[in-house]
Amino acid sequence: MDAAFLQGQVFNGLSVGSIYILAALGLALSFGLMRVINMAHGEIVMFGGYVAYLTMTVVPGPLGIPVAMFAAFVAGGLMGALLETTLVSRLADRPLDTLLATWGVSLIAQQGARDLFGATGVSVQAPTWLQGAVEVGNMSFPWARLFIILVAALALGGLALFFKTSRIGLLVRASNQDRPTASAMGVSVRLVDMFVFALGSAVAGVAGVVLALLGPVTPTVGQSYIVTAFLVVILGGLGSIVGTTIAAVLIGLVSAMAQVFVDVSFAQVVTLVFVIIFLQFRPQGVIAVRSRALDD
Amino acid sequence: MMKLLNRRAITALMVGTALVAAGCGKKEETAEAGGETVKVGVLHSLSGTMAISEVTVKNSTMMAIDEINAAGGVLGKKIEAVVEDGASEPATFAQKATKLTESDKVATVFGGWTSSSRKAMLPVFEKTKNLLWYPVQFEGNECSPNIMYSGAQPNQQMLPALAWAKEKGYKTYFLVGSDYVFPRTANLIATKHIEKDGLKVVGEEYQALGGTEFSGVIAKIKAAKPDVIFNTLNGDSNVAFFKQMAAAGMTPDKVPIMSLSIAEEEALSMGPELVKGSYAAWNYFQTLESPENAKFIAAYQAKYGADKVTSDPMMHGYVDVYIWKAAVEKAGSFDPAAVRAAAVTLDAIPTPLGPVKFIANNSLVQTGYIGELDATGKFKVIWSSPAPIDPEPYDPTTFPDKKCVIS
Repeated sequence: MDAAFLQGQVFNGLSVGSIYILAALGLALSFGLMRVINMAHGEIVMFGGYVAYLTMTVVPGPLGIPVAMFAAFVAGGLMGALLETTLVSRLADRPLDTLLATWGVSLIAQQGARDLFGATGVSVQAPTWLQGAVEVGNMSFPWARLFIILVAALALGGLALFFKTSRIGLLVRASNQDRPTASAMGVSVRLVDMFVFALGSAVAGVAGVVLALLGPVTPTVGQSYIVTAFLVVILGGLGSIVGTTIAAVLIGLVSAMAQVFVDVSFAQVVTLVFVIIFLQFRPQGVIAVRSRALDD
Repeated sequence: MMKLLNRRAITALMVGTALVAAGCGKKEETAEAGGETVKVGVLHSLSGTMAISEVTVKNSTMMAIDEINAAGGVLGKKIEAVVEDGASEPATFAQKATKLTESDKVATVFGGWTSSSRKAMLPVFEKTKNLLWYPVQFEGNECSPNIMYSGAQPNQQMLPALAWAKEKGYKTYFLVGSDYVFPRTANLIATKHIEKDGLKVVGEEYQALGGTEFSGVIAKIKAAKPDVIFNTLNGDSNVAFFKQMAAAGMTPDKVPIMSLSIAEEEALSMGPELVKGSYAAWNYFQTLESPENAKFIAAYQAKYGADKVTSDPMMHGYVDVYIWKAAVEKAGSFDPAAVRAAAVTLDAIPTPLGPVKFIANNSLVQTGYIGELDATGKFKVIWSSPAPIDPEPYDPTTFPDKKCVIS
C-alpha cells in the first residue's frame, strides 16, 4: 500500500463527505425544526442539477458555475417554500403521511424530469478553471473536488454565522428550542418553518450544481445520494448541524478507508455496518440534540 | 395515452368478439391491412430509463417490417406488428409477452434489451412455445430453444476485445463495471482468459447501476497503473466515470479504455469530446463499409431523421426480422418450432453486419470489430476478427461442464 494512495483516499473521503454535507444539511434542518422526513429532498438536489444545466446554456464560460449556484440556491429555495406551503405544513401533525406524500412528490418530480429532459442524463461542462488537477508530489487533487470542499465549508460557515448573528436566526433558534413559548412571544413559527424548509432546499439546490461537476444530471441523481444523506442525518444526531457535519465527514472517510482494504462495492457494506455499530453504542448520534420539539 | 386506450379497447373487443363470432375480428384486420396478415410482436421499453436505447431498436425493427411488407410480405401475407411497451420493467416485459403470445397469438416476438427483461420473458416463451428474437449483446450462460440470441455472446465481444488488447501488447488489465449480471459474468470470463494467457488482472471494481461516485475506483486505477481498462459500466455511470477520470488526468489518450456498452447512440449523448480516443467492441459500427450498410443507413435516416446514428443493437433488431422471414419461407410455415428449426439451418444471408447465420445453439455467427471513437462520435474500425466467430453460449474456459444443446 503506497502512501500516495492512502493520502489520496483521505482526500477522497473528505471530498465525498463534503458532498454529503451539502445533501444532508437541508434534511437535518427540516427534521430538527419540524420533524419532517422529506423524501423529495433528493429531487431538489436533482432540480438544482438541471438548473445548472439550463444556466450553463444561457451563461457559458467561466462565470457559468457561480451564476448557476446562485440560480439553484434561489430556485431550490422557492421550490422548498412551495413544497412546504402546499404540502408539508398541511400535514404537520401526521409524520407518516408527510413521508408518503413527499415520496409521491419525489416520484412525480423524477418522471417530470424524465419527460422534460429525457431519460439519459444531461451533462454540464465544467469551466476551464475547474478542469484539471493540482499536482502535489505524486498525488493530484482535481480542482472540481477542491471546489466542492470549499463550497461545503462556505455553506456551513454561512449557515452557522446566519443562525448565530441574524435576527431571523434568533427566531429560528427560539422556535427550535421551545416552539410554544416562541409562538406565545409573537414569533410566527409558521413563517419560521417555511423559511427553514426553504433554506434547506436552497442548499440542496447548490448540492445539485456541484454534483453536476462530477457526473451527469439524471432524473434519478438525487436518489443515489439521498439514502446516504438520511444515514448522515441519523448518525449526526437528528437535526444538529455540527453533528451532521461530523457524521458526513465520518461516513466519507470510513467508506474511503474501507476501499483501501476491500473492493469499492463491498466498502458500502462496511460503511453501513459501521453506522449500525455506531448507533448501537450511541443511539442518539454524534451530537445529542435537546429540543422540546424532540421531547414528546 | 389515447393510442394506448384505443389499442387496449381494440384488443378487448377482439378477444370478446372472438368468443362469439370469430369472423368479426378478422374482418376488421382485413380492412386495415388490405390482404391476409400475420401478426408479430415488437416488445421494447418505449418509456422509462431504457427507452432512449430501446426505441431505436423498435424503429429499426419496424423499418424491416415495412420494407418486407412493401416487397410483398412473407408467404404472401403482410406482417402486422403489435407494438407493446415493456416500460423498462422486467415484470411488465413478462406480462406483455404473455399478452402477445396468448391473447394476440403472434407468430413470433422481436424484443428485449436488458438481461433482466430477457430472463423475465424466458418462462413465458417456453410455456407458450413461441419464439423471441433478442437483439443485444449479453453475458451468455443461457440456452433456451425459444429464444434466438442474435446479440453477441461473450466470445463474440469480450474475447475479440481481449484478442485485440493482446495484439497491442497490453499486459495488465483493470476491469470496471456496473454491479449486475452482465459485467460480473463478462469480467469472470475475461479474467479466466487473461490469466490463461499469462497476463494479469490488476483490479476489478463495480459500482451500483446509475452510481456516479468514482473517486475510490479511480484511486485504485491510479495505484494499479494498468495498461488498459475494460469498461462494462452501463448508462449514465459512464459519463461520471469518464468525467472524473479526465479530472484525475487520465483521459482515454493516456490510459486506453475499452468499453463494452458504449455504442454510437451512447457516445453521442455522452458528448463525444469526453470519450474520444476510447475503444469499443461490437459486431457492427455505423462506419462499416458495405453496400448493405450504406443502403440501411440511407433508409434509416430518410425515415427517422438525417442526424440519427445507427448502432449494433439496432442492426440486430433489423437483421432478426429478415432472418425470421427467410426461415418462415424455408419452413413454409409460421409455426415457431418449424421456424426455429429452419432458422438454424439457413445459409448465411448478406446483411449490414456482413453475412450472418444462426447455428444449432440458437446464436448468430458474426464478426467481431473494434472501433476507436473520434471527436464526432463515430467509430473508426481499427480491428476485426479474422473470420466470423461461432457463438459459444457457455465459454469453454470458464464453464467447462456446460453445453448448449438444443434438439
